[in-house]
Amino acid sequence: MLASVTHILPLTSIRRERLLPVSGKVFVRKGQKVNATDVIAEAEINPEHVLLDVGRGLGLSMEQADRYLQCKVGMEITAGDVLAGPVGFTKRVIRSPYDGRVMIAGDGQIMLRLHSRVTSLKAGIPGMVTDLIDDRGAIITTSGALIQGVWGNGGVDIGLLNVMIKSPDDVLTVDHLNPSLRGSILLAGSCLLEEPLKMATEYSLRGLILSSIDATLLPLAKKLKFPVVVVEGFGKLAMNTAAYKLLTTNDQRETTLNAEPLDRFVGRRPEIIIPLPTSGDLPLPPEVAEFKPGQQVRVVRAPNIGRIGKLIQIKPGTPVLVNGVQVEAGDVRLENGEMVVLPLANLEVLI
Amino acid sequence: MPTSVVTAESVLAIDVGAIHTRVILFDVVEGNYRYLASGTSNTTANAPYSDISEGIRQALDRLSSITGRTFIGEDERLIVPSRSDGSGIDTVVATISAGPPLRIIAVGLLDDVSVESAVNLANTTYAMVVERIGLNDRRRIDERINTVMRLNPDLLILTGGTDGGASHSVMKMVEAVGLACFLLPEDNRPEILYAGNQALRAQIKSALGMVGNVHFAANIRPSLDLEDIDIAQGTLVEVFRRLRARQIPGVYELDSWSKGNLLPTSMAVGRLVRALSKIYGSSKGVLAVDLGASATSLIAAYAGNLISAVYSKYGLGTCLGSFLDHASLDDVTRWLRLDIPHGYVRNYINHKAVYPNSVPATIEDLDIEQALARAMLRLAMQKFSANLRSRGAENYLGMLPSFEPLMVSGSVFTQAPSYSQALLMLLDGLQPLGVTTVVLDKNHLMPAFGAVAGINPLLVVQSIDFGAFVNLGVVISPIGNTRYGTSILRIRVQYENGSESKYEIKHGALELIPLNQGEAAQVFLQPLHGCDIGMGGAGRGGRIRIVGGAMGIIIDARGRPLQLPNDPARRREVFHRWLKALHN
Repeated sequence: MLASVTHILPLTSIRRERLLPVSGKVFVRKGQKVNATDVIAEAEINPEHVLLDVGRGLGLSMEQADRYLQCKVGMEITAGDVLAGPVGFTKRVIRSPYDGRVMIAGDGQIMLRLHSRVTSLKAGIPGMVTDLIDDRGAIITTSGALIQGVWGNGGVDIGLLNVMIKSPDDVLTVDHLNPSLRGSILLAGSCLLEEPLKMATEYSLRGLILSSIDATLLPLAKKLKFPVVVVEGFGKLAMNTAAYKLLTTNDQRETTLNAEPLDRFVGRRPEIIIPLPTSGDLPLPPEVAEFKPGQQVRVVRAPNIGRIGKLIQIKPGTPVLVNGVQVEAGDVRLENGEMVVLPLANLEVLI
Repeated sequence: MPTSVVTAESVLAIDVGAIHTRVILFDVVEGNYRYLASGTSNTTANAPYSDISEGIRQALDRLSSITGRTFIGEDERLIVPSRSDGSGIDTVVATISAGPPLRIIAVGLLDDVSVESAVNLANTTYAMVVERIGLNDRRRIDERINTVMRLNPDLLILTGGTDGGASHSVMKMVEAVGLACFLLPEDNRPEILYAGNQALRAQIKSALGMVGNVHFAANIRPSLDLEDIDIAQGTLVEVFRRLRARQIPGVYELDSWSKGNLLPTSMAVGRLVRALSKIYGSSKGVLAVDLGASATSLIAAYAGNLISAVYSKYGLGTCLGSFLDHASLDDVTRWLRLDIPHGYVRNYINHKAVYPNSVPATIEDLDIEQALARAMLRLAMQKFSANLRSRGAENYLGMLPSFEPLMVSGSVFTQAPSYSQALLMLLDGLQPLGVTTVVLDKNHLMPAFGAVAGINPLLVVQSIDFGAFVNLGVVISPIGNTRYGTSILRIRVQYENGSESKYEIKHGALELIPLNQGEAAQVFLQPLHGCDIGMGGAGRGGRIRIVGGAMGIIIDARGRPLQLPNDPARRREVFHRWLKALHN
């Protein structure tokens, strides 16, 4: 059976394709070193258009108005530029209300594409540009510790990792926060209330790593200016021990949070990267796997959600679970030695 | 030309769902077609595979290990046709529901006429209508253009004008969307499906041919009071196929295996439902319900006339992430059989969206999953009821009429620990009236039958006759304006062995009357106090022949719509009583 794979790795090669959704300008070159927050490309996404009725403005028919056009398709226009006219005794003209480019001019009308704010694409991970994708982006490669999450609010930032919790099942409270944390990335357990998130904003954090978050807080978390990465899921869930150990042993190291939202179709996941030097080239971790005995697995649904274990054997047939559901399942030995039978569909292979 | 068993061919049906890919083998056994076996794998449309071929290959490997037959040759290609050594397959049919819903903008003249018809057409496949644009739209033309560009749709459905009717208004609407398409980058331009005034085809081609691929279909609103989306559905399927092939690698190959007949799963189910409605010839119509990861599909047919709707926002997969934008938490929690905190339910819904492949492994999670199924069926049914009414189907007080049969598919039903749980979910969600036979598609065969119906109807008939579906039983649901506890129905059952039993059903009851699987009985129904059991009007009864299913005869006299107690504890008691009544 094909398995889902999640990476929680102390040292690995990381290679990520960073692409604009539409064509734009790419600012980096092959071989260039970048930080996660560096803008590597930008594009105008969904520029606004304005249609100007020149004929009506000049009081002329479509055909007559076309004779007075003073712009052509493709021309760059500044607000106030004359687009058509002058007409008549009063020298009536049509001036552009905005900066933009003429997209259509004719039949008594002008369509302007307004210069809108460009959307920037950040590198997302620190590393080296190993390839360029024409007009769309780049491939960036680095090495370091990698932890993949399940929810992100869209931000990217870098900061020193500050471990605020004493155990994987700690809950973030306002007592964990103080002004000395300004500029750091917090490892902060579960977040179940609004107050800590609001206070974190006041203290200008660079990022927040949560084991879980209450689903009611998602609208607020999406609005936060700093990146938030959730490792396990929703509600009060302890962080899996592999991620917890890896993060706590990297306390006070520079850490990158790329909190891009999960999109399984295109393969985007929120990630925590702690850049680490390597003496040689490390292989990229496998992205696909089939369930096999001996694999380290993480449980993604109750019971035993968030716990890590070893897949001992895949059970023949479709065993009946405690709730009566019959599915493919495996024997898993959890870290505390307990043996449990769990649906394979509720396991992820940790690589 | 009808296929005879003399020219029998083995058939492989491939269904690529949002979560699972299934390959299903049919062949001739002792002179009749039979469903033989299925192989299942996870669908690999998502990254890191991003190609459905791997999932199909895995499913075929499983089918090989079950049947001992070889389907893939040494050249790593599917062996078609079958060889004398028994390897390979003669015919391949294919269906797909994997992939994100198509983003569609519906454009027409009047919002509640042609625009509505465009929306209805869009809703026959896995799609999300992201915008409606009509003649009475108050936005300026540039605002409409900006909206189209911002939404970046996969498809524009253009309608409007009766045949030979309005032309100027239609072209005015077309102008705005045409400009939007022109302004979009070439590789981001949507497909365009025109299904309006047929006299304008040449003008539409001339206006839009340069800015996108224009597909033409028959007018879906040939007159103000007539909607006819049947023919346009065929064109929509072609566009769907084209878009999916562009979005998901491997789809093109799958389409070529099925000789260009790859169908959206819902469309294939529609073909089956239409065919069965003709075969059975019942005035009641046939209904199929498929509650999957990507959508809830409700598909009905009356004597060959199809009415279908795919609700992409009601699915038990990734779309759960936005489910609470379309429904309240109470829509779900009111169906919980256990005392589970509402916060846990909200978190569960978000968590399941992140792990759509996962399955409920605790009693609590199963309860939430089944509550979600009830809520989704209920919401979809309410919309579908309005759809049935607008298409002229018999409809009683906005409730779902009885069907013969009602076919049910989806893992939430097939993986339910008991038939009674599956049936109760269905009855609570759909709340049918009258007399209805309920069959469960335990092996997810409906799409396969629909896809094969056009080329080998004999396979469908013989496989169904041989028990490809599980007959759960006949449900009798009387309704009337009586008080709880009032006798509303007398039933006399004459069994084949000559024995007889009598029952008096009270309003509020949910009861099982035993009837062995496959055993026939004559059932005499006499409604009391003006109750209606769908036999020609209030108070009218009669005799019906019933063949026993897995659960016998089910009497659902709980009333319509179901009135649930407001007190959660009392409600949970009622749910337990109902489940117990179905011998869980």
